Amino acid sequence: MKVEAKILIGLGVFFGLMCLVYWNWSLENAGGVMMFAAMLLCFLPGGYYYWWSRRMKARPEDDPNATQAGGAGVVGAFPGTSIWPFTLGMGSFFVVLALVFGIWFLVPGLGLVIWAMLGGTAEGRRGGKV
Amino acid sequence: MQTPALPPQGATERARRWRRLRRAVALPLAALALSGCTIPSFGASPGVTSSSKSVFHLWQGFSIGAVIIGALVVALILWAVIRYRRTSDRIPEQSQYHLPLEMIYTVVPILIVFGLFAATLVVENKEVANPKTSVIVDVNAFQWGWKFTYPGTNALVYGQTTQDPVMEIPVNTDVRVSLTSSDVIHGFYVKAFNFSRYALPGVDNVFTLRAQNTGTFFGQCTQLCGLYHSLMWFRVKVVSQSDYANWIASFNNPAAEAAAKAANKTTSQQTSSIVPSKPAYTNFGVN
Amino acid sequence: MTDLLKPPVHVDDHGHAHEEHHGPSGILKWITTTDHKVIGLSYTVTAVIMLVIGGMFAEIIRAQLATPNGTLVSLAQYNELFTMHGSVMIYLFAGPFAFGALANIIVPIQIGAPDMAFPRLNALSYWLYLTGAITMLSGFFVSGGAANFGWVAYAPLSNSLNTPGAGADLWIGGLLLTGFSAIFTGVNLCATIFYLRAPGMTMFRMPIFTWNMLVTSILILLAFPVLTAGLVMLYADRHFGTHIFSVAGGGVPVLWQHLFWFWGHPEVYILALPFFGMVTEIIAVFSRKPVFGYKGMIFATLSIAALSLGVWAHHMFTTGVVLLPFFSIMSLLIAVPTGIKIFNWIGTMWRGEVWFSTAMLMALGFLVTFLIGGLTGIYLASPPLDFFTHDTYFVVAHFHSVVMALVLAGMAGLYYWGPKITGYLLNERIGKAQFWFLFIGSQVFTFPLYILGLDGMPRRMAVYPHDPQWKMLNDLSTLGAVLIGISTILFVINVVVSWKKYPAGDNPWDGHTLEWFTTSPPPHHNFYRLPQIRSERPTWDYNHPGHRALGHGQHEVHTQHDSEVPAS
Repeated sequence: MKVEAKILIGLGVFFGLMCLVYWNWSLENAGGVMMFAAMLLCFLPGGYYYWWSRRMKARPEDDPNATQAGGAGVVGAFPGTSIWPFTLGMGSFFVVLALVFGIWFLVPGLGLVIWAMLGGTAEGRRGGKV
Repeated sequence: MQTPALPPQGATERARRWRRLRRAVALPLAALALSGCTIPSFGASPGVTSSSKSVFHLWQGFSIGAVIIGALVVALILWAVIRYRRTSDRIPEQSQYHLPLEMIYTVVPILIVFGLFAATLVVENKEVANPKTSVIVDVNAFQWGWKFTYPGTNALVYGQTTQDPVMEIPVNTDVRVSLTSSDVIHGFYVKAFNFSRYALPGVDNVFTLRAQNTGTFFGQCTQLCGLYHSLMWFRVKVVSQSDYANWIASFNNPAAEAAAKAANKTTSQQTSSIVPSKPAYTNFGVN
Repeated sequence: MTDLLKPPVHVDDHGHAHEEHHGPSGILKWITTTDHKVIGLSYTVTAVIMLVIGGMFAEIIRAQLATPNGTLVSLAQYNELFTMHGSVMIYLFAGPFAFGALANIIVPIQIGAPDMAFPRLNALSYWLYLTGAITMLSGFFVSGGAANFGWVAYAPLSNSLNTPGAGADLWIGGLLLTGFSAIFTGVNLCATIFYLRAPGMTMFRMPIFTWNMLVTSILILLAFPVLTAGLVMLYADRHFGTHIFSVAGGGVPVLWQHLFWFWGHPEVYILALPFFGMVTEIIAVFSRKPVFGYKGMIFATLSIAALSLGVWAHHMFTTGVVLLPFFSIMSLLIAVPTGIKIFNWIGTMWRGEVWFSTAMLMALGFLVTFLIGGLTGIYLASPPLDFFTHDTYFVVAHFHSVVMALVLAGMAGLYYWGPKITGYLLNERIGKAQFWFLFIGSQVFTFPLYILGLDGMPRRMAVYPHDPQWKMLNDLSTLGAVLIGISTILFVINVVVSWKKYPAGDNPWDGHTLEWFTTSPPPHHNFYRLPQIRSERPTWDYNHPGHRALGHGQHEVHTQHDSEVPAS
């Protein structure tokens, strides 16, 4: 966790410095705002990892002397198959087509998106089975 | 949203001092870059303006560096793959770090980069400087053609696509070009000047040229601007100062004035009417 | 030290690790899969099809330019062709091929993970990519044709006045879909790398490819939202009457360029870093040495990522409204970490045993081609030289040198990891022929373009009647494009000829990293067993216990453990 936090916070600090130099020198707003936002976007997960790295003991993947047995246990739920990503993808496709060809494409588009979100959530709550 | 803009160059004393400092660092390197006359051209040409020549020398300096570094790296690659090609199933020594070596190839490139940057600054400051001058040309780019007006005079040149409007400027004089666009973004590019600049709608892009040779030079739009982008041509004609004065004076008669007014009206009305009815690019011979 | 332990993969009670055996079959199996290897393979096939489509556009463009007054296509069609050539290659081939196809398959295996962290999100990424590609390309079938404002879509050329029609909207829509696809893949890769590493796989033991994918993913997350936001603004300008990019309503056209290139320049590294990673792995394996300067390599990658957010306006030097010195020095500085990488690659080969397999040849071809593209890139970081060459064929040649290098690296990746994914090797003879066509073709293709650019030929010109002497160089370049086309055909022939012909075994190259420890192709959830991980080369350590990597000044002490025979 510590290395992850250091990388992200380090990048964020660099973007922050760059933002300071750039914004003060050029007085151009778009780039300054974007660099500032990039800094925040690095601090967000970086700070989260830093917070946790101080409150939990090293995970097996952070321990240079870990054995494979040390990592035994449940890694997570990995659904074997699922139809919902496809459904959601097709829904998004129709939503984008609505941007081009007409608002009525939103009917199948949003329908599929909502159906996929409900179905996918239910699937997740059941533990990954279709 | 404000127009993104730079603070005026050299507006403060601090900026001026800073620039002097940079120049002091850069001069020896620039002298090195500028000294050669028998250096190969590396595909570029000196051009006809004072800054095009310094750009050309900068080009030569960069090219010498690139050729040396490129040759060194290619030689290293060739040596490595020929000398160390696989001849047996031996497992070579598994060396992974060599700190001094790694330091060297980190620090030396940083030094080279700052050298290149210093040389760049010298040429760049010269190129973007806008000294005081009386010859001013307003260049207006539109879909698809150019309009050149000369503020304070009656001179006006206007032409669409392959009509090749000619921008006439005097030799050995600073000419300030004020570049703008009336619709989309265009690019003002004259190969002989080793220079290009965007014509942006809503922005007055100002730069200064000083042509040192007379002649007619081809220019064209370099930023994609729609259907007839390939044909958005113009010429720059550099003439002697007396010829230039005569040319400006030739607009001072009623007939020319009327023509100028008419042309001005056409551009301001609308730009879509100037689209040629069909692509005419197969039936003209230029050059 | 080397005894095997039981696999770390335990799927929870509901997960049903081997469900695919009695799950759906046929097309439904493909549609419903969440296996990162199957999704990665779908990505690979789709991306290679995009490469072929984009390549065909390129061949038409070259044919049009073969004569000064080419009449093969009209001016309007030409604008569509180069727009879609750039869009297909950048948005639909290079990026998805790197982080959708190869990273998707390889990264989880390299860190000993059973799958990506979010398998269903991964599947969604693929569907968004596929539908995005279909959306963008369908522009050719609507009235008015496909998008024709260049792949950079500069405002105000891209507004509804100058580019009306559905083609441009389809371009925006397709880009929105593929943009979200990239963001989701970025999230997924970050989470996978941060949370699913095998025990002992610390951050500084991750293979360089995984490291580069991590940095790429961070860059994706920083850059792509900006593009998406820009596209939404562009769409609003086109259809909702806003004036964000139009002068008439008080907007700023240059703002589009700021937004676009704030995404666009990190995107260059999003495209390049994965391929740098592939090449690093390949050079190390085929030199039988560890990556030289492993930590310096990681530092260089992180520096490139850090600097890449501060260089976007070097694409805008000629606008006259950006801060030249800042962007100039930042862009020049990127040469330093890139140089470190090149020297590290040479250091890896130094005193090694270099095996000229097709993958290694492709990687070497990458090295030389990328060197040319990199050195010509340094010129463009200098504003005066950029004024001189901007929007001419010099720039076109520069980035085609770079992307042809990436194509070489991508081919290296396919030859290197293909056997792991399919279980079968490709034919080496045809592979080497393909390499020579591709390598020589790339140089013959780009070199005349450099000269044309210096001679003043602007890019995106359908005709050049005023300078007919450019014909010869253009024809030479066209010849190079034909050679590249032949190399692509050779690749397809190779796949057909060696279809299930040369079984690869688990570890055909004596590889270093975990993917060579499992079977080819890997099982569902990737591993039956894992070795102890004590360095960034667990498989090598397992196979050659006497040959660990040495620090500076260390030398090998020979013991009876010296194993000369690659395992398996």
